[in-house]
Amino acid sequence: MNFNHIWTITKKDMGILIRKKYTLYVTIILPLILSIGLPLILKYTRDKNGIDIQILSPIILAFSFLFVLLAAVIPMTLATYSFVGEKVEKSLEPLLATPTTVSELLFGKILAAVIPCIGILFIGGGIYIGIMSAVIGYANFPQVFFYLVLFLTVPLAAFFSVEFCVIISSRATDIRSAQLLSSIVLIPILAIYILTETKILNLNTTSLLIIAGIFGICDIVLFFINKSLFQREEILTRWK
Amino acid sequence: MIEVENLTKKFGNLTAVEDLTLQVNEGEVLGLLGPNGAGKTTTVRMLCCLISKTAGKVKINNYSLENKADRINIRKIVGLLPENVGLYEDMTAYKNLDFYGKMYDVPSTQRQERIKSLLEQMDLWQKKDVLVATFSKGMKQKLALARALIHDPLILFLDEPTASLDPEATKMVRDTLLELKKEKRTIFLNTHMLDEADRVCDKIGILKTRLITIGTPDELHHSILKKKTLVEVDNVTENILKSIRKLGLNNFRIEKNQITIDVVNPKRDNPKIVQAITDAGGLVESINEIVPSLEDIYLKEIKSDTKTGSEEK
Repeated sequence: MNFNHIWTITKKDMGILIRKKYTLYVTIILPLILSIGLPLILKYTRDKNGIDIQILSPIILAFSFLFVLLAAVIPMTLATYSFVGEKVEKSLEPLLATPTTVSELLFGKILAAVIPCIGILFIGGGIYIGIMSAVIGYANFPQVFFYLVLFLTVPLAAFFSVEFCVIISSRATDIRSAQLLSSIVLIPILAIYILTETKILNLNTTSLLIIAGIFGICDIVLFFINKSLFQREEILTRWK
Repeated sequence: MIEVENLTKKFGNLTAVEDLTLQVNEGEVLGLLGPNGAGKTTTVRMLCCLISKTAGKVKINNYSLENKADRINIRKIVGLLPENVGLYEDMTAYKNLDFYGKMYDVPSTQRQERIKSLLEQMDLWQKKDVLVATFSKGMKQKLALARALIHDPLILFLDEPTASLDPEATKMVRDTLLELKKEKRTIFLNTHMLDEADRVCDKIGILKTRLITIGTPDELHHSILKKKTLVEVDNVTENILKSIRKLGLNNFRIEKNQITIDVVNPKRDNPKIVQAITDAGGLVESINEIVPSLEDIYLKEIKSDTKTGSEEK
């Protein structure tokens, strides 16, 4: 693998994405709303009803898990631009003619969607920890759980979402339909969230590790599926 | 430099290219003519290692298309201008070239010099920091040509470089092609433009799934269509026509005071025609050899191939 090629592709795609104002706003605004809004909702609920922090504990865990949902939502927009955008601009042919391998190309593009997503969620996570600590006190904040969410589950979920989007993008003809179809990826994450809210699934460090493990396995499987789909001839003759 | 032997590409039951054999020497410009769907783009894609071949052998600068490591080496020494230019519209002209320079591993200093020289050559240096989205079609085509040249490739593959351009843009691109020809680059040119092929190419092939014919423009002009002589006389009389027939030249067409005669060897036949007309009491006002245009040759070859194809079926 030529890491210069990978990084060149990643930088190029990130540069293009920055110019897409709508995509940029979605990438920045959603995590900010979540990071600032959720602790404030919690503060308002506690102040108004005088609820004990122990009772609020499952809600804090569920709120924290929403970062995983964001990790799936944000790269969806970025990835569809990265792949379908190239299809629409018909820029894949000259790119595939360069002495780069398809794995480098695929990896470079996946990183271009994953890096901004993880970056912005790390920043959002920092803000979230700060405000939440001010509201409930750092000692009451589920530190291990949240750090596992932020540093393990979020990256794995982001890779999962992007790899799923690549499969969809290989068949989609325009960015909107690709984004619409890619939203299927949210179903399993939303399902987990609903299961926790309905107390069918107990969200804790152990269950989070299991969820992260499932994402990890899915990431590996999806990468191999993508590698088989992302072949020069396949892209040029079947990607319509 | 490019050696192609019995190259075939099938997509399922559809044969896109069949049994293609040709050779392009160093510094030569080969033009591949053919109607839509003739297999020109497929041929270029195979030669640029973008799609696999079904059968045949290809060697580019002694690298074999069969060998995986060689395919990477082939990509390093060829430059491609595809039918759809595929530039990044949200990037500037400079950044487009810089990106491709990096992808071709051109070292930083060399890359900057090369980008400057290419943009100057294409008359785009003043627009280097302008987004490609604002460029005209002709400018985009020239930038795409600069992109294909960013790594100073030994061989250039150009797929319909002047298709859908207005006459001014076509001229701009064609002038650039002539400059590249002067630089003695090996060029493989797919085109619909017969005039372009005639002006730019050293060798022309006509492809319609199979290679129908190949030769230098001169060879094509002189070998495929029957040679004709156009004689203008003061008055076409029956005596003049009889005299021409006596020379064994029985195929001719009369239009007003002009006689178009099928000849075998104009140098040998034309003086005899003048003599025969004079002997028959006619006055020769002018005599000219008609050289068939590339368009005539192309249409004849494509039509005759279609007929052969239908008969075979």
